[in-house]
Amino acid sequence: MAGIARRAFLIGSAALAGGVAFGVWQVRRDPANPLMDGLPAGAAALTPYVLITSDAVTLITPRAEVGQGAVHLQALLIAEELDVDLDAVRLNPGPPSAAYFNGALLAEALGPTVKGDGLMVNAMRSTGATVAKLMGLQVTGGSSTVKDAWEKLRHAGAVARETLKLAAAQETGEAVANLTTDKGAVVLPDGRRIAYTALAARAATLDPVTDVVLRNPDQWRLIGKPMARPDMVAKSTGAFAYGIDMALPEMIFATVRTNPALGGGIRGFDATAARAMRGVIDVVPVPGGFGVLADNTWRAFQAADSVVADWGPAPYPETTAAMAEVLAASFIPDRQDSRPRDAGDPDTAQGTAITADYSVPYLAHAPLEPMTATAQLVDGRLTLWTATQVPRFAVTAAANAAGLSEDAVTLHALPAGGSFGRRLENDYVEQAAALARAAQDRPVKMTWSREEDMAQSYPRPMALARGRAVVADGQVQALALDIAGTSVVASQGARWGLPAGGADATLAEGAGDQPFAIPHYRVTAYRAPDMVPVSSWRSVGASGNGFFHESLLDEAIHAAGADPLAERLRLVSDPVSRRVLEAVGQMSGWGSALPAGRGRGLAFVMSFGVPVAEVVDVTVTAQGVRIDRVCIALEVGRIVDPVTFENQMQGGVIWGLGHAMYGEITYAGGRVEQTNFDSYPSLRLPQAPEILVQGLESDGPIRGAGEPPVPPAAPALANAIFAATGQRIRSLPLARAISFV
Amino acid sequence: MQLIVNGTPHEVDVEDDMPLLWVLRDVLGIHGPKYGCGIAQCGACTVHVAGVAVRSCSLPVGAVDGPVTTIEGLGTPAALHAVQAAWVAHQVAQCGYCQSGQIMQAASLLAETPDPTDADIDAAMEGNLCRCGTYPRIRAAVKTAAATLRTGG
Repeated sequence: MAGIARRAFLIGSAALAGGVAFGVWQVRRDPANPLMDGLPAGAAALTPYVLITSDAVTLITPRAEVGQGAVHLQALLIAEELDVDLDAVRLNPGPPSAAYFNGALLAEALGPTVKGDGLMVNAMRSTGATVAKLMGLQVTGGSSTVKDAWEKLRHAGAVARETLKLAAAQETGEAVANLTTDKGAVVLPDGRRIAYTALAARAATLDPVTDVVLRNPDQWRLIGKPMARPDMVAKSTGAFAYGIDMALPEMIFATVRTNPALGGGIRGFDATAARAMRGVIDVVPVPGGFGVLADNTWRAFQAADSVVADWGPAPYPETTAAMAEVLAASFIPDRQDSRPRDAGDPDTAQGTAITADYSVPYLAHAPLEPMTATAQLVDGRLTLWTATQVPRFAVTAAANAAGLSEDAVTLHALPAGGSFGRRLENDYVEQAAALARAAQDRPVKMTWSREEDMAQSYPRPMALARGRAVVADGQVQALALDIAGTSVVASQGARWGLPAGGADATLAEGAGDQPFAIPHYRVTAYRAPDMVPVSSWRSVGASGNGFFHESLLDEAIHAAGADPLAERLRLVSDPVSRRVLEAVGQMSGWGSALPAGRGRGLAFVMSFGVPVAEVVDVTVTAQGVRIDRVCIALEVGRIVDPVTFENQMQGGVIWGLGHAMYGEITYAGGRVEQTNFDSYPSLRLPQAPEILVQGLESDGPIRGAGEPPVPPAAPALANAIFAATGQRIRSLPLARAISFV
Repeated sequence: MQLIVNGTPHEVDVEDDMPLLWVLRDVLGIHGPKYGCGIAQCGACTVHVAGVAVRSCSLPVGAVDGPVTTIEGLGTPAALHAVQAAWVAHQVAQCGYCQSGQIMQAASLLAETPDPTDADIDAAMEGNLCRCGTYPRIRAAVKTAAATLRTGG
């Protein structure tokens, strides 16, 4: 926020002081706005993505930075049209605002997720985008940042550029047509340059020039070129400040403990010992538990350990086994949620039938920075500093927790040390709001212990699948997959205060939406009763469903005696997906002979509209299976920044592999049994394979890339293990059945 | 007790068993070392004591027996250490939260082993967890930094 007075932002709107802002959506002036009082003459309040003041150009990047490069990519798209150098501008996340709605997210949620561009598909996407706009749905997630920003932010940059040119024309008497722009300045025909900052006052008096044409790809300076991310130096020197690094004058420190049986509540607590400990200021109730205020975080942790809490019982089955029984009992017509694939009749298809049952466990997000938030309540106004993927929901949650109106809450978005979906929840925000009341005017920084973070997982749901396939004549003739899980949309939507009607598409995504023309093909999702509260975890439903679908398809192909790549290419019904499969085949040397003890596995999953194919090579050693190499090919339309893209692909593959190998959240007594990274292990550097990435581009719709690399990793690894060992592992994590080195 | 951090002496009034990490972060306001696990399982808190990488989350401040160097003392944005320069050149960071610890661990490795093999890198870096999955870039950056340091860069 350096350089911009925080008071310059209006609450729940988008405005600024002493300059001018340009945007696309809901462009309007609001002269009646009381916070405009006292602003310098010429100040304007427009929906901002670009802020020009007399001393700086600031780009507003409202999607949350959780490591995926969102800030960099948003800034790059604006800069492409605005003609500014990224190292010469300021970046600012802006305030929570309906103006920053995410049209792409809901467009996908309401519309078919298949890669289509037909009239109906686009009409549904358009409806989703409109609803998102009306709701002011400001969300970072669903691999939607680039997709949503692709035209919107370039358009914002172009509007700003053309308005600045108009301002320059008025100041100089030159015709707009004779002006160009370069590196933050309007350039006159004689070569003289007028910095954008020098044009701020004049531009503020103008109606934005909205009739702009976006540049053609051959004119791009930035898009598609390897770029240096602006946060790299700070992140390599310890200078980058995350939420946990917040520091304010007079700040006190805190931690919380809430019922490890989520939603079980607290009946009371005895903090006698804690209150007597050094540095402890107070022990107070927070929603579902208690908080300790102290003079440093470690003393708060120590004191919290000494509090004796009387927790209520879990409002769901207490053990993993009992939960699995609920899932197993849900494969019944009354629990059918959707049947997104229903071709032919798998039950009567002729040939050799195979059946297989699969399972995937609960998984925690466990970002390395635990949940943290800083809050201060002064004179009935609450200020929050935290990392969140849902800033507007966070404001609502904080207001409710503090007993204030939303107008009395100001939220400053901070970057996160990872999220993977965890910061779509508002539990930590509500707790900070409650602690602020107890802190009596002082700012309080709340930090969860890792153990609290693990206990309060809001996990990716456990799910079961029952598969049946029929093969004949060396081909897959039928594939039927039944999936049972609990609903993420219902669980998370309820916590957001959003009603979730109809089927939950995430229960089948990654399985019921795959581009294969199998003659008899049926995918059915069953919605089990809600149990543990669950949430969106990187790649959501496809994270488990991709494993089910691609394991079953692989088993069927092997049963048919066919080649896993050749048979998928025979069955694939979408030309882009075909290209992706062909690309991964070439990259990996598919079909070339492997020495004894080695194996190669293929998986393909389309998720978030992105077709992704991965080939995993493994070697069987005396100590266990080693992952040698992963090849990944995918198509996202356009690659905005190749470096960020490759980082996301490699990271997504490692995320998928690591959790497939080791990841498992289990319950006993209603509580998560894993407490820290010793009991929730993951892949580490010695096990990280070489990862080759090939991104295919096209003139088709642009897609996000943060989540799609995840789903194929688990089945590709399991399929490779089968190829190398003959052992078919149908239940994750794989390490329950096999050792890795 | 007295603590020397990045060359500066500090007098701190804390319990002997308070972990060095929290003394650095909450008492001295040095935020480069990160809290990730508190039990020496993730390495985000890694600093040097007398030049050797240690997990500051599990080291009682009373047991610190030498000068402490944090990421802030290794190099600065204006004067990067060779390891930091390699991290920037390879664009290693995603969320970046683990990278202070990764860099301090790598710097400690290269101080002892200027020309590490892949096995040396594996052994030294295994304790540093990265949830974003930047491992391929970390390995490449360690090798670049090693080459730079060997040539006196």
